Amino acid sequence: MADVLVVAEVRDGRLRSVSGEAVSVARGIADSLGCTVDVAVLAGPGSGDVAAALSAQGADRVLEIGTGGPGPATVAGSAAALAAHIGACGYAAVIFAATAPGRDLAPRVAAKLASPLLTDVVAVEVDCGEIVATRPVFAGKALARVRATRAPVVFSVRPNVFAVTESPREGVVEVVAAGGGGDPGGYRVKGFEASEGDAVDVSEAEIVVSGGRGMKDPSNWHVLADLRDALGDGAALGASRAVVDAGWRPHAEQVGQTGKTVTPKLYFAMAISGAIQHLAGMRTSGVIVAVNRDADAPIFGVADYGIVGDVFEVVPRLAEAVRDLRQN
Amino acid sequence: MNITVCVKRVPDTETRIRISEDGGDIVRDGVKYVLSPYDEFAVEAALQLVEAAAGGQSAAGTAAAGGQVTLLSYGPDAAKESLRAGLALGAHRAILLKGEPTMDGWATAQVLAAELAGHDAGLVLFGVKAVDDDQQQVGPMVAEVLGYPCATSVAAMDAGDGVVTCRRAVEGGFEVVEMDLPAVVTVTKGRYEPRYASLRGIMMARRKPMSEKEAPAIESGLVVDRLEFPPARPPGRIVGEGADAVPELVRLLREEAKVI
Repeated sequence: MADVLVVAEVRDGRLRSVSGEAVSVARGIADSLGCTVDVAVLAGPGSGDVAAALSAQGADRVLEIGTGGPGPATVAGSAAALAAHIGACGYAAVIFAATAPGRDLAPRVAAKLASPLLTDVVAVEVDCGEIVATRPVFAGKALARVRATRAPVVFSVRPNVFAVTESPREGVVEVVAAGGGGDPGGYRVKGFEASEGDAVDVSEAEIVVSGGRGMKDPSNWHVLADLRDALGDGAALGASRAVVDAGWRPHAEQVGQTGKTVTPKLYFAMAISGAIQHLAGMRTSGVIVAVNRDADAPIFGVADYGIVGDVFEVVPRLAEAVRDLRQN
Repeated sequence: MNITVCVKRVPDTETRIRISEDGGDIVRDGVKYVLSPYDEFAVEAALQLVEAAAGGQSAAGTAAAGGQVTLLSYGPDAAKESLRAGLALGAHRAILLKGEPTMDGWATAQVLAAELAGHDAGLVLFGVKAVDDDQQQVGPMVAEVLGYPCATSVAAMDAGDGVVTCRRAVEGGFEVVEMDLPAVVTVTKGRYEPRYASLRGIMMARRKPMSEKEAPAIESGLVVDRLEFPPARPPGRIVGEGADAVPELVRLLREEAKVI
């Protein structure tokens, strides 16, 4: 029986939480199909601790894939090495994380394998030995149940959707030498400019505090930033299309069909009316809280809890209450 | 330098989706279609690059000086409308590969790459994603087929001397990347706010060359069992009015929803 491969992401020496979620998805598929779970980690520092974490979550084998050089792995070099390994092992399924690096890497690997790629998968089941994936289309206005007609089934899982299940395994660690011809070149990274902003991307944050046009002016964003800070490290700021189009906030924060689709456990829509393309991007959040002056705003139609009122009165009070709660 | 921009016709993002009776597709009747918003950024990027290469002349007058912008779309006959809109902005010619693209981006990539292999484009541009299937994959797949380097999620770029320098929006900031040409770039929101078509542009678009041919038949490797609506959210409630409602909201988030 062909096995299941997860391509795990390591950031700052730690396994990304979505990669743990992907391993749990793989474990579920492998248990249904009666096969084993391999996890590929692209060579990098700190992969020893990562291997232990992966084994606890159900990895039968952790493969450290060499990428052919001493420096950080390039996306082209990683794609070549992964495709060579996958081609040699003949997996039933290959699972990536739908993160920015995953979106860069997965299409290249899929193309090298001549396989279709399903991105942002939110549910997986095994039906008579066949993997059926559910993924959002039209930014979540609808869900498509899709099956691939060729193996391996290559897909990426959306962060914060799947539960992590502990399923400890021995977790043999193996080193796989770089294959696939390496990086063809022609692509040179020249620099990096860090932008101010959240430590965690809005698409992976556990809590999102989003602001809309009703915030009146970009200088008022400190009100939302203060609530984010009160909520802790897992919180990030989001924004509606209107305020990004107006240049008040960066596009990286935009939630909606022309921005990011988010699935935090808690979403705050502050002074956001709730245009259909915004609702598409956040309606799969766990709990939605809306604060808006207009009691008829469409956002209240999807909110679990709403407060009709002025964000400049409600949000500071909320930040204060959250701080009190966290201190006790 | 000549640039080819791959564009897709998609339902307007304000569209309310209806699912067909057999569940296999959305109801296409009465849907307003637009050029996918990220593709508009790519078209604008192409126009600005050829204008810069022509020393600042508007694209409409740069038939040769700064290079030609070609629009390429794989889609139904009706996609000609979107291509015509792109020509009105200043692109020089358009090509329609007639067919029905599926959710399988790999099949689409092969169709586009087969056509692009015959172009002399120094740059092939895409929107970072199409806002219908949201697969975000065709650009890098085309690059793989053609053997070109590829930069994704590019907010700004400058071309010259056989290279393109791209500012990529990545996690936590921007990465600057230099690529040898020819190359593939997928464009995101940033420097390239789409221009409006001028009346003159719209008139000129009618006379610009638009060729069409049948797309090669490549079978989709994906089968859509059915589309369904996401489960409805349970009805919510208004906790109260103004800041006085905050203590009750916090209590509910803590005790009922258990999220803080």
